[in-house]
Amino acid sequence: MPEDITAELESEELVPPAEPKAAHQPLDKAIESQADLSAEISAIGEAYRRALKDGGQPEIQPRLDYPPYRSSILRHPTKSLQHADPETIELYSPAFGHQDVHALESDLTIQHNGEPLGERIIVSGKVLDGDGRPVAGQLVEIWQANSSGRYIHKRDQHPAPIDPNFTGIGRCITGPDGSYRFTTIKPGAYPWKNHLNAWRPAHIHFSLFGTEFTQRIITQMYFPGDQLFPLDPIYQTIVDQDARDRLVATYDHSITEPEWALGYNWDIVLTGPKRTWTENEALGAAGDEE
Amino acid sequence: MSTKLVPTPGQTVGPFYGYALPFEKDNELLPPGFPGSIRLQGTVYDGAGHTIPDAILEIWQPDADGKIVQRTGSLVRDGYTFTGWGRGAVGNSGVFTFTTVNPGPTKPGAAPFISVALFARGLTNRLFTRIYLPEDTEALANDPLLGSLDPERRKTLIARRDPDGGLTWDIRLQGEGETVFLDFQ
Repeated sequence: MPEDITAELESEELVPPAEPKAAHQPLDKAIESQADLSAEISAIGEAYRRALKDGGQPEIQPRLDYPPYRSSILRHPTKSLQHADPETIELYSPAFGHQDVHALESDLTIQHNGEPLGERIIVSGKVLDGDGRPVAGQLVEIWQANSSGRYIHKRDQHPAPIDPNFTGIGRCITGPDGSYRFTTIKPGAYPWKNHLNAWRPAHIHFSLFGTEFTQRIITQMYFPGDQLFPLDPIYQTIVDQDARDRLVATYDHSITEPEWALGYNWDIVLTGPKRTWTENEALGAAGDEE
Repeated sequence: MSTKLVPTPGQTVGPFYGYALPFEKDNELLPPGFPGSIRLQGTVYDGAGHTIPDAILEIWQPDADGKIVQRTGSLVRDGYTFTGWGRGAVGNSGVFTFTTVNPGPTKPGAAPFISVALFARGLTNRLFTRIYLPEDTEALANDPLLGSLDPERRKTLIARRDPDGGLTWDIRLQGEGETVFLDFQ
């Protein structure tokens, strides 16, 4: 009965009441505009390209010191990282297996009673080490906003709807060929308070382990052709265009499933490995512990 | 020798990991009160000396005998299996805690340490560091990494022993007493 459905919806605690119009006005105290930030981003980018032209080494990781990302200003080390040869424990990785992760955790669209809203997608690829070897039997974790750009997180106050059928977290264990595959919903862009009118390009957070703890990485996967890339101080913490491109998935029609979901491919390459063959042999085949 | 691939860059963990990365007993490598268990605690500070409420750490360590454990089950702890790995988000006051064991030396004479990966909003890429136990001063004096550091900086990697047998070790991301962070490449 329609009346019953309405009553049920109103009592559903996951769905907050629509907020008054006033709450939709930007609440940012920041007075800096996108133009201010874009000017800073451009100046850093141009200085980097000049240095590259003068024979500088390409930078393959984000800068820890990247002032346009305002939260980084007091949170980056000012001293150079200390070079260390990884030792003992650092040359091994914690082991995860199917005991830790249920197979259904790789499908973010079946965690509730109904279908989540938005564009269903499959994100699939391989986790490889720097020698091109697959990272097998290892943990991959993801988290993301829903299709309207809202996270299930109490600190996310963006007045976009929560989807009661979408939490936005997934896990899987890589296959023997290093492969992973998630079914999810394409996340929306969302506003944040770095500066006035700051918007993050749509992205999925990825957390990855290798066969050595030195390979541990958390990163973000983006979608091709996003118009927000040049405006986003977080994506731009990586000053090298080739390096930034490594975070952008490729649309892949061979992953797309008919009448079901669009497919994206994204392979992840970890650093290293640093362990010698002798140490590998001492442990047995690394990474396929399940 | 195969062709080297260029690694994928990291990105900040951002502000919204809190419903995704933590899991039940994530910071309990052993249950509190388990024979031999200790508390490892500390506070994460920014360059202004303020505590950081949105950082998350992982520790990875050998067992009390110095053995490197390769057992699964960290995400579904059974209360008995020591996997050597744990994850702990800081609370509102920037404090993290773990229940673990004192790591043993992985080879005779080596200084025992816990490996750490640190993630935070505003931190554009993860940072690695180490927590050394304070007791074996001879092993500490012979440690290659500690030996490469000024005495002032070296101190940032050595935990304090608490009266209850636990360890306290703070992280300072920037400024006076800035923690030594490591580059393995």
